[in-house]
Amino acid sequence: MANDPSGKSRIDEPTGTQTVGHEWDGIEELDTPMPRWWLWTFVLTIVFAAVYVVLYPAWPMITSGTEGTLGWSSRGDLAAELQAERGRREPLRQALANIPLERLPEDSALMAQAVAGGRAAFLVNCVQCHGAGAAGSKGYPNLNDDDWLWGGDLRAIEMTLLHGIRQQGDDATRTSMMPAFAGVLSAQELAAVTDHVLSLSGKADPNTAGAQIFTNNCASCHGPEGTGDRAFGAPNLSDAIWLYGSKRDEITRQILAPRQGVMPAWQHRLDPVTIKMLAAYVHSLGGGEDFVEAAETPAVKVDEQP
Amino acid sequence: MSLTENHKKLERNITLLAVGSFIAVAIGGIVEIAPLFWIDNTIEKVEGMRPYTPLEQAGRDIYVREGCYTCHSQMIRPFRDEVERYGHYSLAAESMYDHPFQWGSKRTGPDLARVGGRYSDDWHVQHLQDPRSVVPQSIMPNYSFLKHTDLHVVDPAGTLLALRRVGVPYSDQDIQNAGVDLEVQANPDGDAADLMKRYPKAQVRDFDGDPAKLTEMDALVAYLQVLGTLVDVSSAAAQEDLAGESGR
Repeated sequence: MANDPSGKSRIDEPTGTQTVGHEWDGIEELDTPMPRWWLWTFVLTIVFAAVYVVLYPAWPMITSGTEGTLGWSSRGDLAAELQAERGRREPLRQALANIPLERLPEDSALMAQAVAGGRAAFLVNCVQCHGAGAAGSKGYPNLNDDDWLWGGDLRAIEMTLLHGIRQQGDDATRTSMMPAFAGVLSAQELAAVTDHVLSLSGKADPNTAGAQIFTNNCASCHGPEGTGDRAFGAPNLSDAIWLYGSKRDEITRQILAPRQGVMPAWQHRLDPVTIKMLAAYVHSLGGGEDFVEAAETPAVKVDEQP
Repeated sequence: MSLTENHKKLERNITLLAVGSFIAVAIGGIVEIAPLFWIDNTIEKVEGMRPYTPLEQAGRDIYVREGCYTCHSQMIRPFRDEVERYGHYSLAAESMYDHPFQWGSKRTGPDLARVGGRYSDDWHVQHLQDPRSVVPQSIMPNYSFLKHTDLHVVDPAGTLLALRRVGVPYSDQDIQNAGVDLEVQANPDGDAADLMKRYPKAQVRDFDGDPAKLTEMDALVAYLQVLGTLVDVSSAAAQEDLAGESGR
């Protein structure tokens, strides 16, 4: 026998199997052959590997890898998958791309789809700052109310989404800068003007000295009555909605060293249709405003600050 | 002697078996790994990639020091779910100046490969100080000490020099100016023209909300804000090139 160098190999009677020929203190070893199914599986894996190497990218060579006869690549695979998905959504995307934003609310079915798509995009991209329910938090505006810093019609919301707010490197970004009044106002003046700001929403008694300081320093942006001005993103100070807090010390802090909120521009991150859907979603949350003067034909520009 | 007989020798001699196994494994390694060092399409040719500025590099060192990589990856894989959430899949070229790279293999938090420009600086500062104040379900630890810790880079020029020795193309000028660059990038009133010329797309501003101090927060936020912003992957030309590549 080839596998019996000592020549002591024999057939083991109870099992009928060949022994290997070694014997240790009367203990012998059976030379049981590997199971057939195992051998065949082993052979099949080799066959599989050979076929795979031909069909798929496998061997790195000198200047590039073998490409496989199927031409498969993980990136091409992804491109095809995305393309198929795009094709599925194409009718809706086309419809949304073609309709002017001003006309979107009139098509309630399309608007509903835009809102649904916008909700999905919002959950991926916006909730980290504005919160899952778009209720915002200190420093991040609540999008459910009708208090808009820069405008609340569809066009204005889209504009904010595209270019962001105070986004470095975007020429069309919304920008304004409240000056810091630290070192400009004395402690007394500061207290007086804080009083006046609080009085605008009925949280303090009127303060004449404060009102004068307000008129001189603040009214040009926030308006004589403190109702704000969307051209500068100057918040309305006479309502109950406060971005950085309504307490006296919070207002004082904001006068001394104003926080300048930044929102990223999304035009290079999201496609125009997704941004349109996001605008529709934010508009639908409760505070969306109508255009002041809806145009009769889609081609006519709507008279509303962007 | 037949093949089985020869194999039997190998099976019964421990030294021969070890040598034989080593040779078999080495062949596998050489065939699969070694060519990656000379094959051209391992690293895509892209435009816009540049080494990190000294401030970004300092932020990167803090990122590594704090072990951010244990929960955050920096590698968007070419799968639909990842691409739709994080943006275009990562290219090898985008981490070619990373030593060590931060691809990671574990995502407890989200992928950060394209986090740059996605949030405001204020958000990053607030989130690093108290993650749950902006993301209620977050389990990330607080890193509020970064805001109070002055940035202390022992030898900014030395850091760049060390990186140059492993292949990052810093110029002599970059290395000479490392100390100045480090400070000027976080100073909104400084003259950053020279920095901008050598490091295109560098973002110059006060990152941590306190222009008076240069803190570790400045560095880390500067690093986070540059991630994934250097290569314009979504331009039409880039898309076409990538789609045309095969053998991946």
